[in-house]
Amino acid sequence: MGPLVPDIISPELNLILGLLLGIAFGFVLEQAGFSSSRKLTGLFYGTDFTVLRVFFTAGVTAMSGVLILNQLGLIDMDVVYINPTFLKSAILGGAIMGLGFVLGGYCPGTSVCGAAVGKIDGMVFVLGGLFGIVTFGELYPSILQIYTANSYGDLLAPQALGISQGQFALLLIAVAVSAFVATTWIEKRVNPESESFRFPRQAHRRAAAAVLVLGVLLAAWPDRKANLLGKAADAAYQRAHPIERVTADELAFHIMDGDQHFVPVDVREAAEFAKTSLPGAINIQPAAMFGKEWRDVLSPEQNRKVFFAQDEADATRAATLASLLGYKNVAVLQGGLNGFTQTILKATAPEQGLPEVEQATYRFRARAATEIATLIKQRGGVKPVRRIKKVQGGCGS
Amino acid sequence: MKTKYMNPYLAGFLLGLVLLATVYITGRGLGASGALKSVVTSTVWAVAPGRAAKAAFFQGSHPQGQSPLMDWIVFEALGVLLGAFLSGVISDRLTFTLERPAHVRSWVRILGAFAGGALFGIGSQFGRGCTSGAALSGMAVLSAGGFLTMLAIFGSAYAVAYFFRKLWI
Repeated sequence: MGPLVPDIISPELNLILGLLLGIAFGFVLEQAGFSSSRKLTGLFYGTDFTVLRVFFTAGVTAMSGVLILNQLGLIDMDVVYINPTFLKSAILGGAIMGLGFVLGGYCPGTSVCGAAVGKIDGMVFVLGGLFGIVTFGELYPSILQIYTANSYGDLLAPQALGISQGQFALLLIAVAVSAFVATTWIEKRVNPESESFRFPRQAHRRAAAAVLVLGVLLAAWPDRKANLLGKAADAAYQRAHPIERVTADELAFHIMDGDQHFVPVDVREAAEFAKTSLPGAINIQPAAMFGKEWRDVLSPEQNRKVFFAQDEADATRAATLASLLGYKNVAVLQGGLNGFTQTILKATAPEQGLPEVEQATYRFRARAATEIATLIKQRGGVKPVRRIKKVQGGCGS
Repeated sequence: MKTKYMNPYLAGFLLGLVLLATVYITGRGLGASGALKSVVTSTVWAVAPGRAAKAAFFQGSHPQGQSPLMDWIVFEALGVLLGAFLSGVISDRLTFTLERPAHVRSWVRILGAFAGGALFGIGSQFGRGCTSGAALSGMAVLSAGGFLTMLAIFGSAYAVAYFFRKLWI
């Protein structure tokens, strides 16, 4: 599951990959004509809409790709860097950059491309950029307030608009294709030497149709997480795909035995887990199972994962979800934590005259109650852990 | 006759795949201004460590004992430089020139490029990324801030383009 850094690709190798990805980035930018400031600024005067075509196509491609990977469960978006939203700062910064674009004819990435092929204006732009950042650093204390105002965290655009990610993708694709058609019409009237006269019209129409179909499919694709959560909570699905039950006695035996391959999984809220839980239990909220945070615990097939909550229903939902996500050797604690407390921790002596089996069971439970109660006390207030950090990315940090 | 540019939609598609691969492999997007910031930070630390230690802006990005240049974004930007150069060699576009319309004087173009760069330097800090790091990479991960910055960049550029038309047409 992506991203591959850091568990599959080491941070050192990541630097080399950065160089290679950068080479691909720079190569394509230059091939598209982004090393020329006059070509870039044609965007603002109707003579050359190359920037819009390249930029929008790239954005739609990458966005659709990320969406598809996410829907297939191939990337953990909780780990991926999402550019944080600071309302004022984002708009102010963009407005300043827009002015800089018209004055300078480049943006930072394209100025590096220009400089690479010998454009003196590109090199001067890079120097100007360094000067601008020094200036920002000097002014930093006095602008800190605007810089950090109106923080919305990792807000996503579809979330802000109240639509699904797929619907947003369709919207963006529709806007992109309309913009391509409209700007090409303008360009042909403004610039008689426009390259758009030589475009393969047939191929472009087919590509536009294909990408619009893709948008409709993305919009119609039910959200994977919501879909799986719904299935896991569905009584009929649970009946058709029953999860094995583990009795309180069996769990107590393995806890006392110190069995490393017997993993109690507490699926309750973090606050409840912090108050009390079973010895050796780990706290995994159902939503956290979608990502790679707990993969190393849930994946090994020799680990018997015993899901429990206050009652059996919550645990069954979580265990069914784990099983839907492909995890094996998943079980549920019969009767939940309530049942475990009744059966083991508050075990009561059977009446006289009952068979020896009952008496033996009671002796086991009484011993377990003392041992496990001690273990629970030793456990203290264990804080739930969040183990995988978000990737530090972006350009402003 | 220099080699023609690539079809813009094909270039955009390829660029999108590079960005997608970057997100899938590294969990972050592409960028450019971040590398300039690393250069600035490391220079300030090397030239005036006292000043750097005092200024809050230069502290967050300076992990103990490690140069700000040992950063992913710096390697990526070096790659951009190399990749663009390679493309220039292949397509025979390497020329040492100051690109400007015939009626624009050299010093005006140089001044414009420097001022534009400086504005981008400041603006990219406010926007927490530039056209690549905030707008394009933000779009790939559906960041609301990324879209806002993108709209602001192009909105502002179109708003002022008329007043600076003599620089370009």
